[in-house]
Amino acid sequence: MNALPRHHLDEDTLVAYASGTLAPAASVMVASHLTLCPRCRKALAAAEAVGGALLESESTAAMKTSAEALLARAEVAPQTLKPARPVNDNRDAALLPRPVRDLIGDAEPLTWRWMGPGVRYAHLAGDEKEGKVGLLKIAPGTRLPKHGHTGEEFTMVLAGGYADEGGHFVRGDVEWADGATVHQPHADAGEECLCLVVTKGTLKAKGLLAPFIQPLMAI
Amino acid sequence: MIQAATADWADYPAFTAPTPARKRFPAAAGVAKMSAKTTSAATVNTDTVDYSALVQAVAQGRDRDAFGRLFAHYAPRLKSFLLRQGADDASAEDLAQEAMLTVWRKAGLFDASKSSAGTWIFTIARNLRIDAVRKARRPEFDAEDPAFVTEAEPAADQAFDAEQTGARVRAALAELPEEQATVVRLSFFEDKPHAEIAEKLALPLGTVKSRLRLAMKRIRTCLGDER
Repeated sequence: MNALPRHHLDEDTLVAYASGTLAPAASVMVASHLTLCPRCRKALAAAEAVGGALLESESTAAMKTSAEALLARAEVAPQTLKPARPVNDNRDAALLPRPVRDLIGDAEPLTWRWMGPGVRYAHLAGDEKEGKVGLLKIAPGTRLPKHGHTGEEFTMVLAGGYADEGGHFVRGDVEWADGATVHQPHADAGEECLCLVVTKGTLKAKGLLAPFIQPLMAI
Repeated sequence: MIQAATADWADYPAFTAPTPARKRFPAAAGVAKMSAKTTSAATVNTDTVDYSALVQAVAQGRDRDAFGRLFAHYAPRLKSFLLRQGADDASAEDLAQEAMLTVWRKAGLFDASKSSAGTWIFTIARNLRIDAVRKARRPEFDAEDPAFVTEAEPAADQAFDAEQTGARVRAALAELPEEQATVVRLSFFEDKPHAEIAEKLALPLGTVKSRLRLAMKRIRTCLGDER
């Protein structure tokens, strides 16, 4: 579990996250990947440095308050202490990055929906418009039906691994698929594959079995 | 309430770019390069003030004078930045104040070895804006997380001078080809996904992404990060 990820976040995703314009569902994915990827954290620092540079180069808009007035408020207003984080003794603590654990929160146990042989899905948050975040569990060796997407799909492996046309993906690796991508992921043998999945839009089954598979692909 | 941005992208501030000047006055290229140091609006040469040191003074001694100088420099810029992102005057004022209040309270968290003061303050304002607009905290990685993968020990060759690095990033931005600079600007000032930015520019999404990639590559090179 100590190998570093080899499949990373796209530049535009990182910049959107750095600028604060990335949708919440995708942001969970990015924060989770950053937990596991020092290289992307460095890239994030560069993108944030651009934000800082833009701020420095910015023109000025007159403030209606002074520093003194603001500090006077600071002494008077009670310090809002952040509530202490509940200690998580769950054995999943090292498995699931904090942003995912925060999303699950107290909603244990999760509701796992059967998506087809060897595939289960648990919805965590979000909607079709802004993007849904969920967990996908794939039994070892399972070959997912060939499918395309009407929207976007962002997958990050948390445990086990899978292979598809884009390569081999293990813990920390992220894969992004859009309307042009058609793939048929194949889970590694030996270990259950757990993935964080962000989807916008729906999946479209391809191939001869499509009419039978499509109803199951309603994530 | 923060509204959607309505300004035309052409209204965004040009970076203090020597390039246009060079085109008009090719003989004055040397002068144009110097002008990259001054900001477009302020007359103060930001390169001579060590804002990181001011934040550290606030952290160590509750230095109100240092805070006053930080406020004078950053608050009006934060407000302008937020206005450019589409906030109305009241929201921009409130958020800029909240951000500076956070600077006062959390100066102890600032790490000059990781970023410049401007970058740190930018991230404070960014997070506050997300909290306000989305009514939810921004998902972030946590270095205390048991799942957190630490970096291998970096080669400690030279101390990271945050303010100097910040100046180099500003210079690199000012020297970007206009088409790359535009994409970078829109990425930070438009609350829109890149697909919509591409539509706005009437460009294929792939072109927008590759311009952004090229721009960030130049920035990272100047930060000494080869990717």
